[in-house]
Amino acid sequence: MTITPRPAPPRTAEPPILTGSGAVLRSLELLGVEDVFGIPGGAIIPFYDELMQQSAIRHILVRHEQGGGHAAEGYAAATGRVGVCLATSGPGATNLVTAIADAYMDSVPMVAITGQVFSHLIGTDAFQEADITGIVMPITKHTFQVTRPEDVPGAIKAAFHIASTGRPGPVLVDITKDAQADSAPFVWPEKLDLPGYRPVTKAHGKQITAAAQLLSESQRPLLYVGGGVIRAKASAELRDFAESTGAPVVTTLMARGAFPDSHPQHLGMPGMHGAVPAVLAFQECDLIIALGARFDDRVTGKVAEFAPGAKVIHVDVDPAEISKIRTADVPIVGDVRDVLSDLSIAFQELATDQRPDLTDWWERLQGLQERFPLGFTEPTDGKLSPQHVIQRIGEITGPEAIYAAGVGQHQMWAAQFIKYERPNAWLNSGGAGTMGYGVPAAMGAKVAEPDRVVWAIDGDGCFQMTNQELATCTLNDIPIKVAIINNSSLGMVRQWQSLFYEGRHSFTDLETGSDAKMIPDFVKLGDAYGCLSIRVTKPEEVDPAIKLALETNDRPVVIDFIVSKDSMVWPMVPQGVSNSFVEYAKDHSPVWEEE
Amino acid sequence: MSTHVLSLLVEDKPGLLTRVAGLFARRGFNIDSLAVGKTEVPGLSRITVVVDVDKLPLEQVTKQLNKLVNVVKIVELEPEQSVQREHLLIKVKVDNATRSQILEAATLFRARVVDVTTDALVIEVTGDSPKCQALLKLLEPYGIKEIAQSGLLAIGRGGKSISERVLKGDRA
Repeated sequence: MTITPRPAPPRTAEPPILTGSGAVLRSLELLGVEDVFGIPGGAIIPFYDELMQQSAIRHILVRHEQGGGHAAEGYAAATGRVGVCLATSGPGATNLVTAIADAYMDSVPMVAITGQVFSHLIGTDAFQEADITGIVMPITKHTFQVTRPEDVPGAIKAAFHIASTGRPGPVLVDITKDAQADSAPFVWPEKLDLPGYRPVTKAHGKQITAAAQLLSESQRPLLYVGGGVIRAKASAELRDFAESTGAPVVTTLMARGAFPDSHPQHLGMPGMHGAVPAVLAFQECDLIIALGARFDDRVTGKVAEFAPGAKVIHVDVDPAEISKIRTADVPIVGDVRDVLSDLSIAFQELATDQRPDLTDWWERLQGLQERFPLGFTEPTDGKLSPQHVIQRIGEITGPEAIYAAGVGQHQMWAAQFIKYERPNAWLNSGGAGTMGYGVPAAMGAKVAEPDRVVWAIDGDGCFQMTNQELATCTLNDIPIKVAIINNSSLGMVRQWQSLFYEGRHSFTDLETGSDAKMIPDFVKLGDAYGCLSIRVTKPEEVDPAIKLALETNDRPVVIDFIVSKDSMVWPMVPQGVSNSFVEYAKDHSPVWEEE
Repeated sequence: MSTHVLSLLVEDKPGLLTRVAGLFARRGFNIDSLAVGKTEVPGLSRITVVVDVDKLPLEQVTKQLNKLVNVVKIVELEPEQSVQREHLLIKVKVDNATRSQILEAATLFRARVVDVTTDALVIEVTGDSPKCQALLKLLEPYGIKEIAQSGLLAIGRGGKSISERVLKGDRA
């Protein structure tokens, strides 16, 4: 589709004549973009030709478009700024699709710019032609197709506006080769013409009052914090609100770090692999205050039996999330940061006379915390405990670092056993569950935050999907640290096969471990990419290896931690059942209290 | 399940119809009929959709549609507060014995005969859905050779216009 910018008001100076490519660069500059990730190809050569002649924008040449897409996501997730990735037409663009879908599921502000074949060739099945705007339509907030250079500034400005406001998400701008090469006066639109795009950010006062009223009456409230709190930069407001209400807090997989793990009101992560107190708090609370969370099936378990006694206050900037899964008693559409401020004030006004007494509630929750702390059993096969490795990485590196995970067991352990104290420290693929997210996301985060230590906590399966970006890291001085939690298998699938398929481990053995064929040898692979690469097999080697990684900043580091394949992620709520059936460890469910 | 009539005011952009239709498909909502045309405002089109869903999913439909950047406004038009019309062209088989009966039926329905040949008539009828369906049922025994049916069109009763607030400088 095309966009037609409204004519700008007359100016004193004549607008400069730029090519469409020059207009893209000028637009990015005006929007404050500093870094982009991409790889050139035939249909985007005109743009790349001008890109190399400027220095305002740093371009990082990735090895695969998916890597570029996840790097843009990592960049965005670590900072809250819009991540930018570039690709050529056809296969270049389709290689971005996974990263775009990932960004859509996790509400990551991202702009993808793709080259397209000449406008007169569109629809002819031209070489490297793909209808990328059509392909990504269901997984983007919006798409633009630009066929004329004069339409570039309006499309780019609108794309960034849409990607970064309301509920953030990916926007794709597809630019034909002729639009990149042809010239037109560069006119930066003062106003955007988007009559159908007006995200609500200020909540309705009546709803705020109603929410404060419910909260002041609740004996067992629970703050259900989702990734929206991180996207809205609302951690400080959340903390104030939580402390003024005294309510317990759970942070979902997407919200780890939105509320400090060390805070006494924090019960941990809820969901399929959540902490027992966090999971059971839902089942026993009388009020859920959902903040930028979307009642994902991995959190609710069987929806019909989820939080049976709870009323729901649902705060979200996206109206379509409210009452999608669970009907809200008080729906609040707005920016969660503003809503939390308003809600704090409203609650304090209401609760001056009498505060709800949460003593019994806390007694119950603290009892659960004492009986069901997070923990793990040591493996018996002589291999490393993956939980121990991940825990030590977190403890030795500390909360100022950034941790990006792949998807699977190691992701869950990294969410459980690393302690997060600040937002934007934990990056992962929550909604889409994209294996291979870790290494490129860590790379993007390191580009955005060069002064922070950035770890990729990866699995042996995930690592094999996107490790080519280590070449990008080495060549561009992006010294990330990769911890491969190598259990020689697709661990999470294997765990399900062990638990629910009578141990039939169908095609989950990857042969990467030390007593397997070790194909590939990750240490040799890391060496080949110019990384400092070591293998760790003994418990006493774990700490020195992590310290060596932290001391090495002249190149990326790859550590191949050989861990047990029998270690499982616990606790677990099996799929499709109520949260009340959470198992603390294998065949060990918490006993329901007699009321 | 029950049918609901939604009127969408949309920006007239390429691909818009795909966005709307695709959204219905991937969220699992059924479209009974669809009619698209220009409006009194340049650059804005209007889509009238009849959907077959319960009340709660309908709320999801409208919320999801509202998220489309090019959708400016959505109104549900209740039958009592709106005028709803369908347009139908029916090619029906005739012979000397049946011709007068069919013409009589057409007159009763205030339908018009727009093409006549020795063995067929094309009848044009406009009206609400029940009326059009009633005529169709009446003509069925004579042998219907072909029909072409428009999507439902609907407009609110009274002086207000769907594009009113959009025109009041509400644009970003």
